[in-house]
Amino acid sequence: MKRIQLGPFNRVEGDLEVGLDVDAGYVAAARVNSPLFRGFEQVLVGRPPEDALTIVPRICGICSVAQSAAAASALAALAGVTPPPNGQLASRLVLATENLADHLTHFYLFFMPDFARAAYVDRNWHSEVARRFTAQRGSAVAPWLQARARFFNLTGFLAGRWPHTLALQPGGSSKAMTAAERIRIQALLREFRAFVEGVVLGDALEAFAGLSSFDALQAWAAGRDSDFAHFLRAAGDLGLAGCGRASDRFLSYGAYELFPAGLWQPNAAVDPLETAKIAEDVSHSWLFGDKPLPPAQGETRVDADKAGAYTWCKAPRYAGQVVETGALARQLVAGQPLLRDLVERHGGSVTARIVARMVEVARIVPAMENWVRAIEPGEPFCLPAPLPDSGSAVGLVEAARGGLGHWLSVKRGRIERYQIIAPTTWNFSPRDAGGTPGALEQALVGLPAGDDAPPTVQHVVRSFDPCMVCTVH
Amino acid sequence: MKVLWLQSGGCGGCTQSLLCHEPRPLFDELRDAGIEFVWHPALSEASGEEALAVLEDCAAGRREFDVLCVEGAMLRGPNGTGKFHLMAGNGRPLTEWVQRLAEQAKWVFTIGSCSAWGGFSASTPGNPLEACGLQYDTDTPGGLLGKGFLSRGGLPVVNIAGCPTHPGWIVDTLEKLAFDGLTASDLDEVGRPLLYAEQLVHHGCPRNEFYEFKASALKHSDLGCLMENLGCKGTQAHADCNTRAWNGAGSCLKGGYACIACTEPGFEAPGHAFQETPKLAGIPVGLPTDMPKAWFVALAALSKSATPKRVRENAVEDHTVVRPSVKKTGK
Repeated sequence: MKRIQLGPFNRVEGDLEVGLDVDAGYVAAARVNSPLFRGFEQVLVGRPPEDALTIVPRICGICSVAQSAAAASALAALAGVTPPPNGQLASRLVLATENLADHLTHFYLFFMPDFARAAYVDRNWHSEVARRFTAQRGSAVAPWLQARARFFNLTGFLAGRWPHTLALQPGGSSKAMTAAERIRIQALLREFRAFVEGVVLGDALEAFAGLSSFDALQAWAAGRDSDFAHFLRAAGDLGLAGCGRASDRFLSYGAYELFPAGLWQPNAAVDPLETAKIAEDVSHSWLFGDKPLPPAQGETRVDADKAGAYTWCKAPRYAGQVVETGALARQLVAGQPLLRDLVERHGGSVTARIVARMVEVARIVPAMENWVRAIEPGEPFCLPAPLPDSGSAVGLVEAARGGLGHWLSVKRGRIERYQIIAPTTWNFSPRDAGGTPGALEQALVGLPAGDDAPPTVQHVVRSFDPCMVCTVH
Repeated sequence: MKVLWLQSGGCGGCTQSLLCHEPRPLFDELRDAGIEFVWHPALSEASGEEALAVLEDCAAGRREFDVLCVEGAMLRGPNGTGKFHLMAGNGRPLTEWVQRLAEQAKWVFTIGSCSAWGGFSASTPGNPLEACGLQYDTDTPGGLLGKGFLSRGGLPVVNIAGCPTHPGWIVDTLEKLAFDGLTASDLDEVGRPLLYAEQLVHHGCPRNEFYEFKASALKHSDLGCLMENLGCKGTQAHADCNTRAWNGAGSCLKGGYACIACTEPGFEAPGHAFQETPKLAGIPVGLPTDMPKAWFVALAALSKSATPKRVRENAVEDHTVVRPSVKKTGK
């Protein structure tokens, strides 16, 4: 048995270290360390509650809007206000822009460069994949950065800027779209659709979103010249549909009023979401605490020298169990047939997670087009949302990487407690008091590792699209 | 020109913002200017041991590089150990890595207000994280590298402050250095490049007509000036946000919300709610930079009394309800 520490595990958002116990060339056990602690939950305590809107986006430079949306949602619940339709649509557009941009940034900049590695030089797909996806230099990088920058022009119109906007307010959107802006926003969406259809998929969004089984997906990819088809051929050759299985319990808070909330396991009906089943364990975190606490009573107190701890990340559990969150979970809970087929056949996997993001891109762009058309310039975008002096509330949203929850309580006009569970807190959690490893820790067991091993561990870790700055915050 | 990039106690948003560079894709822009990354945590292929070898070679002076860019605050805690951020795969504090690399770099840039001044991580009462910037502790010179630090190129730390930074601020400063050189006269009193910090956010603000007449917004989404009621510090904040568009067409003011002065030291703990203007006897406490208070009060009273109906009414709506009148030609 040999213990190795992989890090800096780069091309993820933030800092990550993965410890592996390797036995005869295979991972026997994994420990995931989130090595950065910034103390945002302490920063928030004592502030006026509306200050959360300024502070929480700065938890994360890649899920900034999702953090804004969770805070705005919690404060709206506290105020008892429902934003007007225009405000809801505008905020949803900003969140969807961030989520879809993140999906493709992950694909082009973080995930695919590993397939361009010299370790795969003997594979028949390697030369084309290396030409397209080599980090910083591949021929696909500049077109994606161009498309990304143009797509984010949506946030220039809708939210002033990205990241770190204050446009998402409890009462709606601080930016009221004009009729002239609505025309330009629709043009930007057409431009993004053209990029995804022409370069990423090589097919119409609706045709790709309509694929209903893994067999249909493979037939779709065969012989097709597009970036996503290149991935599917490489993934098929490397067997990534059978690689990286975690707990096979999938949690979604529900998104965009398109995808419902719930918990799904293979060959079972969707269980309704019950937030009372969520608790965070800190037995292996550098934090004080002797029992799992629901986030509404959660604490974050540093115990830097704690014996047996190996990360700053807490271990959230749902009904005491490890769950996985993300685009795959959203699509599975929503009953998307291709992903249900893939996961019921092989379990959660690298391929399933990557396909789920692309399915989501294909499903959400047409929805965004509808949302823009539904906005009525001249009607209100934001309502007053005066806050009570005391109270507590929860804001749940789906960030690109999965379910994001903010639990806050206010006393005498000040934030008394603010607890955050981010998507990667779920996926990259450490062991709990029962010794059960977190989702990634489970997904890594059995993979080849150590000297001369293929970069499979790299694919599995990045298949979750981890956001480490959110994880610990 | 070779750039080595590290991230510590921040959100990574300055890198994400940098990737929004327009009009040309970032890597094309940099490549044709002769600028390349030796290593960047979010963007380089090299991971793990291979990446550590690059960093060690640079820190030991075996591999030359020009600019050290640091994103995120320096976390010296708990109790000076730096354990709040140890380098993955290596276990040494990031503060130690930054100190070693800063000794070897020709120039040291902070990318964003966290590495410049300390940022939100430094704003918990009592600062238990012992967070600071590279050469500032909020607005006090010092920080991790010390007040007297000069890089091998002879400059103090260059503070490309902002939360986040605009991609143009970073790229323009790198290109200024690469083609024209960078001297102390190119920086303001706190080390920010004048190419973006000699302006105020107020300059070019799309709400200027409302400002002129003190026609103020009362609630979020109103079109009026955000200074009097909603916390806007655009008249005091150094940056060119309203003359250099964000994401093609934006700025905080265009997005309908206040400038929180995110390029300024200490912006993260203003002592009042971010979206409310603190007032004394009905007059905003933070008056425009370089404006004598008595004049401001007198002019504000005068301009309020002269506010056209159109400006007064539009200020408290989220869309134009009174259009500018159209003059008949030839009159």
